[in-house]
Amino acid sequence: MEAPPTIGEPEPRRYGRGLFLATVAGGVSSLFWGKAAWSSISGLVSPVAGAIAPILPTGGWRIYTISGQMPTFDPATWRLSVGGLVEQPVSFTYDQLRSLPRAEQVSTFHCVTGWTVQNVHWAGVRMHDVLAQARPLASGHALEFVSMEQPYIDFLTLRQASLRDVMLAYEMDGKPLPREHGAPLRLIIPEMYGYKNVKWLDRIDVVPQADAGYWEQLGYDRDAWVGRSNGYGT
Amino acid sequence: MKAGYVPRFSRVERVLHWINALGFFFLLATGLILYLPSLSVLVSRRQLIQSLHFWTGVGWLAALALIIILGAPQLLATARELEQFDRDDLRWLRGGRAPQGRFNAGQKINAVLTAAFTILFGVSGLLLWFGEQDTRFRFASTVILHDGLMYISLALLAGHLYLALIHPATRHALRGMTLGDVRVEWAARHHSKWQPEGVRVDWRARPHTTWKPQ
Repeated sequence: MEAPPTIGEPEPRRYGRGLFLATVAGGVSSLFWGKAAWSSISGLVSPVAGAIAPILPTGGWRIYTISGQMPTFDPATWRLSVGGLVEQPVSFTYDQLRSLPRAEQVSTFHCVTGWTVQNVHWAGVRMHDVLAQARPLASGHALEFVSMEQPYIDFLTLRQASLRDVMLAYEMDGKPLPREHGAPLRLIIPEMYGYKNVKWLDRIDVVPQADAGYWEQLGYDRDAWVGRSNGYGT
Repeated sequence: MKAGYVPRFSRVERVLHWINALGFFFLLATGLILYLPSLSVLVSRRQLIQSLHFWTGVGWLAALALIIILGAPQLLATARELEQFDRDDLRWLRGGRAPQGRFNAGQKINAVLTAAFTILFGVSGLLLWFGEQDTRFRFASTVILHDGLMYISLALLAGHLYLALIHPATRHALRGMTLGDVRVEWAARHHSKWQPEGVRVDWRARPHTTWKPQ
């Protein structure tokens, strides 16, 4: 029990209660302003982030999977199959895929849960270089991307897949795509949230229309435009 | 009761502290597996870890709430001690040497922030969990709040562990949180304004007095 204040000494103040209420109120309200505030100060705190990075090396990423085990890439057996509504179904080995015209880009990766990784350096192949060999039929209007991590699938319309910075990436930041980022191949569409960027890709089928992918069957938007879908900006 | 020792933390305070610590460390471990890509690859079983993390968080909050309800009269008195800052507390926070009560001003701030963070961890954790299933619960800043709380909590924890386990002048406090009592001389030196119930000594006047249970 605290000693009573001596005569002439001011009464203790309930600063603790104020701190508690201010912290809870600030934290809850930050749900509405936290991202904007973080964006504006992230440059200022980058030296701190750099100091923390060796201890907590996230690179800003967090890894989402839907199955018990992350798929493993075996170059001897892995193939990218392209089929469905095409004139000529094709299958690429890893080396064959890498022999296609190489494309590079630096783009920002947005996750629907709110985190963002800026300036990711991707290298891979453009969709049209892959599809050109299979030659989609006129009845095909969308692509189904099938992951080795079953049952993960997702879809893009051919129009969406023809955006200039859509690619099938086999390198990330100058190194072969790491396992946790979808080795050996993942779809990259920077204009859409990460769940459309299918990892551990091993099949692309040309289909009549875009259907609901894995997360879309759970209520996420099919057209996952950054800032304009999934409850954001609407 | 041991001669030369004075009870500092009650059983209900210690149970609350250790349940909080146990839950926090388990949540930190499972959270880091979800958060760090290298650990995600090593453990791989994200669905399992995510469920463990979430349900441990729910159990942690429920256990804390239960202890607070069961120990309400005593813990309310503790809360009143923690929320009150007098002139000496403010002087102590400015780096001056000022007599302190059962809790020094730093411990009061740590306890207040820990309590507020527990609520915020709960709110943001529930939003992350339900936001995965329903856009109405999805906010662009939830993950920033949850991560930010983790970073600040880690900094507070590092300081807390240093003072409780390493710093020679303060590590005796750990005995209070494990066995409940601390040495009278230590209490007189660090918490000279504290008047334990049933003890009629003025530690400020006689800081080296040896208290014996009455």
